[in-house]
Amino acid sequence: MKNYGVKTILTENQIELTVKRLAHQIHENHLYLKDTVILGLQPRGIFFSDRIVNELKLLVDPAFIHYGKLDITFYRDDIRKHLHIANKTDIPFDIENKNVVILDDVLYKGRTIRAALDALLAFGRPSKVELCVLIDRRFSREFPIQPDYCGQAIDTFISQKVKVYWKEKDEKECIELLDS
Amino acid sequence: MKLSTKNLLGIKDLQKEDIETILSTATQFKDVLQRPVKKVPSLRDVTILNLFYENSTRTRISFELAEKRLSADTINFTVSGSSAAKGETLLDTVNNILSMKVDMVVMRHSASGAPHFLAKHIPAAIVNAGDGINEHPTQALLDAFSMLEKFGSLKGLKVAIIGDIMHSRVALSDIYLLTKMGAEIVVAGPPTLIPKYITEALGVRVEYNVKKALQWCDVANVLRIQLERQNQPLFSSLREYSLAYGINRRLLESLGKEITIMHPGPINRGVELDSDVADGPSSIILHQVENGVAVRMAVLYLLANREN
Repeated sequence: MKNYGVKTILTENQIELTVKRLAHQIHENHLYLKDTVILGLQPRGIFFSDRIVNELKLLVDPAFIHYGKLDITFYRDDIRKHLHIANKTDIPFDIENKNVVILDDVLYKGRTIRAALDALLAFGRPSKVELCVLIDRRFSREFPIQPDYCGQAIDTFISQKVKVYWKEKDEKECIELLDS
Repeated sequence: MKLSTKNLLGIKDLQKEDIETILSTATQFKDVLQRPVKKVPSLRDVTILNLFYENSTRTRISFELAEKRLSADTINFTVSGSSAAKGETLLDTVNNILSMKVDMVVMRHSASGAPHFLAKHIPAAIVNAGDGINEHPTQALLDAFSMLEKFGSLKGLKVAIIGDIMHSRVALSDIYLLTKMGAEIVVAGPPTLIPKYITEALGVRVEYNVKKALQWCDVANVLRIQLERQNQPLFSSLREYSLAYGINRRLLESLGKEITIMHPGPINRGVELDSDVADGPSSIILHQVENGVAVRMAVLYLLANREN
């Protein structure tokens, strides 16, 4: 019989602390967010990027925060296998010569980030791109992509699933590792 | 979320959810078309054949542009200059082209049902770009998209379709689509150009007085007189048609309300629509053309996905 074990990786309080730490790290490397823009990845990365941006607003004058949302659906490499329905991309500023910090909840195979880099270049040529993730499933990568800011790195099997629950959407807030 | 059909042969076969998926995907593609790089790699390994057995300007350019914006490989077939002129059948032509590994076929034909026939015989996904007097589904989708953009919702929207209802595939596709989405429809035109049982068959109201139809509606979709499909005289002259059913600025001003004017093109200026209306502030005709590319991108994107 299969064992459907559930293990909590981060609790609600831990997520809050981790988000604070990551926001400070981003601020440390991009003082006052000068020439820096924040891009959350649609759809689930937005919950995480919203939190980071709220924290950054406490550290930096909100007028200097440029926050956009990027959808990567049309840039995916698995178009012939699965149909994905697109979400809205909203980048109301220029990214040419800017430092871009991409935010997503979970980094797994690296394919989403590869597509995100592709999508990003349709908007211009940034001077630098960094990646910030809440969970890094290390040793599972299929592309040479690593995060610059990482909430928690975990070791997982391919058969396992990482579920991120957000209060706004899922009524509870935590990150769980599911066996299947 | 997948479409319930593997081909787009007509709006008749689509569910309401399919239409909503296509229109919402088109919104995202319209956004792509505003970017500095207007191209996405979604259909990079997909080959599309544009099979046009009938003349076309807008639809053919629009489809080809949509395919190129999606990074698909395209082949264009027009009947003049091909072996169809030597007597090759439709099925033979297509099978020969398909043996060169084509994934999708965009097809226009003067015979109603030609794409349905092809869909039964070949495995490629087929998009109907207009078949005879039957349907023109992507035109109806782009009409709906343009109305949605202007009014926010199709439910309860009052749409008058004016002109040659009998021979117009746009009219039929529009009626199917708008009915499914909850709009109210009136068709207007000379009695000889409106099918006799249209109310019983499609549930639309008929109005023979164009001014009354215009007074009632929010949007008027004005259609071209399809002289090439009329094999007997159905009205005395174009001049008389224009006097009784043509729309000009004076007529619009006499309504005492603002309405939106649409036309699927090509316009016969001075017949169904005067230039001062076609180019005037109430016309969204060029928006329709612009939206056509985004809508066709959505259709091709959604149909190109096959799990096997």
